[in-house]
Amino acid sequence: MEWYLPVIWAGLIGTAVILYVVLDGFDLGIAILFPTTKDEGERDQMMNSVAPFWDGNETWLVLGGGGLWVAFPTAYAIIMPAFYLPVTLMLLALIFRGVAFEFRWVAKPRHAVWDLAFWLGSTLAAFSQGLILGGLIQGITVVDRQFAGGPFDWLTPFTLMCGLGVVLGYALLGATWLVYKTEGPVAERARTQAKSLLLGLMFFAAVVSLWTPFEHERIAARWFTLRNLAFLWPFPLLTAFCGFMVWKRLHGRHEFTPFAFTIAIFVLCFLGLAISNFPYLVPPSLTIWDVAAAPSSQIFVALGVIFLLPMILFYTAFVYWTFRGKVKADSGYH
Amino acid sequence: MTIDAFLLSRIQFAFTISFHIVFPAFTIGLSAYIATLLGLWLKTENPKYHVLARFWTKIFAVSFAMGVVSGIVLSYQFGTNWSRFSVAVGNVLGPLIGYEVLTAFFLEASFLGVMLFGWKRVPAWLHFLSAVIVAGGTALSGFWILSANSWMQFPAGHEVRDGIAYPLDWMQIIFNPTFPLRYMHMMTAAYLTTAFVVLATGARHLLAGHRTESARTMVRMAILMIAITAPAQAVIGHRHGEDTAKYQPAKLAAIEAHWDSSKPAPLVLFAWPDEEKGVNRFEIAIPGLASLVTHGSMDALFPSLNDFAVADRPPVKIPFFGFRIMVGIGFFMIAFGWLGAYLWWKGRVFEERRWLFVAQYTWPLGFMAILAGWFVTEVGRQPWIATGVLRSKDAISPITTAQVAISLALFVCVYCVVFSAGILLINRLIDKGPDAITTQDPPEQPSQRPLKAAQAPASDLFGDGHPGDDKIQPAT
Repeated sequence: MEWYLPVIWAGLIGTAVILYVVLDGFDLGIAILFPTTKDEGERDQMMNSVAPFWDGNETWLVLGGGGLWVAFPTAYAIIMPAFYLPVTLMLLALIFRGVAFEFRWVAKPRHAVWDLAFWLGSTLAAFSQGLILGGLIQGITVVDRQFAGGPFDWLTPFTLMCGLGVVLGYALLGATWLVYKTEGPVAERARTQAKSLLLGLMFFAAVVSLWTPFEHERIAARWFTLRNLAFLWPFPLLTAFCGFMVWKRLHGRHEFTPFAFTIAIFVLCFLGLAISNFPYLVPPSLTIWDVAAAPSSQIFVALGVIFLLPMILFYTAFVYWTFRGKVKADSGYH
Repeated sequence: MTIDAFLLSRIQFAFTISFHIVFPAFTIGLSAYIATLLGLWLKTENPKYHVLARFWTKIFAVSFAMGVVSGIVLSYQFGTNWSRFSVAVGNVLGPLIGYEVLTAFFLEASFLGVMLFGWKRVPAWLHFLSAVIVAGGTALSGFWILSANSWMQFPAGHEVRDGIAYPLDWMQIIFNPTFPLRYMHMMTAAYLTTAFVVLATGARHLLAGHRTESARTMVRMAILMIAITAPAQAVIGHRHGEDTAKYQPAKLAAIEAHWDSSKPAPLVLFAWPDEEKGVNRFEIAIPGLASLVTHGSMDALFPSLNDFAVADRPPVKIPFFGFRIMVGIGFFMIAFGWLGAYLWWKGRVFEERRWLFVAQYTWPLGFMAILAGWFVTEVGRQPWIATGVLRSKDAISPITTAQVAISLALFVCVYCVVFSAGILLINRLIDKGPDAITTQDPPEQPSQRPLKAAQAPASDLFGDGHPGDDKIQPAT
């Protein structure tokens, strides 16, 4: 079998996942921050800042899941049943979040319940994504290429902590997005919130970075052998540097750079996790080569991706460009 | 029948996909309608098209959101509940779903933002183009998902090794034998369904005394669409049925409740199929007609249910009754559409209150027909999930009954709350009507078109030539 095809696909799916995490991360993040204001106009402004983008952003989740099925059907068939309940919770939560975008405007002035749906749906979606991430890191019981664990294997202190970490991280993305895209009291409050959220996220990132090698020998072996350490030491250092820059730029009243450095933190953390686990797609037993689809299936879609992904990125950029600039308190898109 | 993870997963999939299909069917049709309205507005500069486009875009936004969120559920359920299906056919169906995401989902979702919020941000032509792209995206999405479904109905272009399907010829896989007509059938159904929603909305406003030009335009456009697509759908559906006869004889036998292949099949108008004894009770039938319709001759013989082992037979009642509901609605649609066209031709359509009275309640018809049709085709495929490749019972994930019971209960609760709320909110928007909605929110366009248009209504494809009709009357 062509050894490189699964590597290409792992890269593609990784790209889709990180794009999802960053892009829908700030959508979910602004919703997680929804209860920090009671003012209807401010909530309108927060929601408007992501309204034209959220659907495109969420599509990366479909590409991540769909891509996993395309390229690694066996991994898809193990991971999904293993996280049956958190995946179901995430899907239900995303229903509430998604419909709230439209229902809230039509239901006005009786929209309180959709404000709640928006916040709770987004928070639960973020939390369940953290549970799934944590569950994947801690590993899945596989016998005979099938999921063979129990329905609550994913429920451990570690995964709960990952859930909280993702909620905090998304909230930070949301806050720095608001600093970038809004003005007035919303942007001011977000700037203050971002600082505490940043401290929280850095704490969680540090705990995960120490916990996983302590718990899992393969991860310790990956990071702490001398040969690897020579290449890998920049990752934690760069992450810390980006965290410092977010703080500094927030303090220095920059508008875009806090968001940009927050994205950099997410990308670095994601790369760190990828380094910890590569080439395992279903840790700790199955590698990307063990679970790959037939080469002709991987090639057939990869050929399309070469043309379609640049197009998608191009028109996604076009949409962001169309809705560039600040979302003001008084003028929404609606 | 035992209550296990398999049965509950089937119920869960049927429940979630039945809720889902309503919204894409509507948004496929509605996006095309909105693109048409915006095109007409650009062409004729008549503000009524702009008013209608804004109105339906609000309804589209709510429906599309419900379609998106209920659709993601389905793509993940392949893995959560049907993991052995995902492995057995993943090499073949995965890429089709992958292409749906890459070619259609991103296109729709991205340009949706421009379509919904770009009224003041982009030039009118670009906004129109965005609406066209969204409509095209929904149709493309239908292309891939119907291709995947059709492959499950009658797989082609693959080989099976150790229970896993491997692709051999992608063209044969994508354009598998039952796909072209199934796709045409579904797309036509979507456009027809939407036309009835538009018709009912127009009729409702006319009956409520809002005799605005926008309400009249909706009725006229809907009649035109129905009068053409309803009969076209009958022809397409018939040809699709011929495909079923050729490729899925067991399904056809279930649809016709045909038990005895030694005689030509009668067209069973009504019966209670008794699957234990293999006969029909209370049968009312026209001799030889089913043979004629499906195989072109009153004397044609074709396989009956008894020619298939019990383990290879689909359940009979759901395909049998579902088909009759679908076809019954179809014939009503043709008759009602042509009656409307006749009244329009006679110039009486807005005076004929009895026709309008019925018309305002026709909005659910298309949805009912679509659901009935999908139940026919999906239940008729049983006991296979992918015919000849994998049986449904062998496709289930290694999950516990309790897990599925919990998720099913949650899905039922959430869907009932969320989607009833959505339908109530759509109803509220429809009640307000196009004129009320858009006069609250006056059109501000980047071009100077509306100013010019407001002074002199130009050519009008769906008006009856009274300039005064174009005044916007707020519906109160």
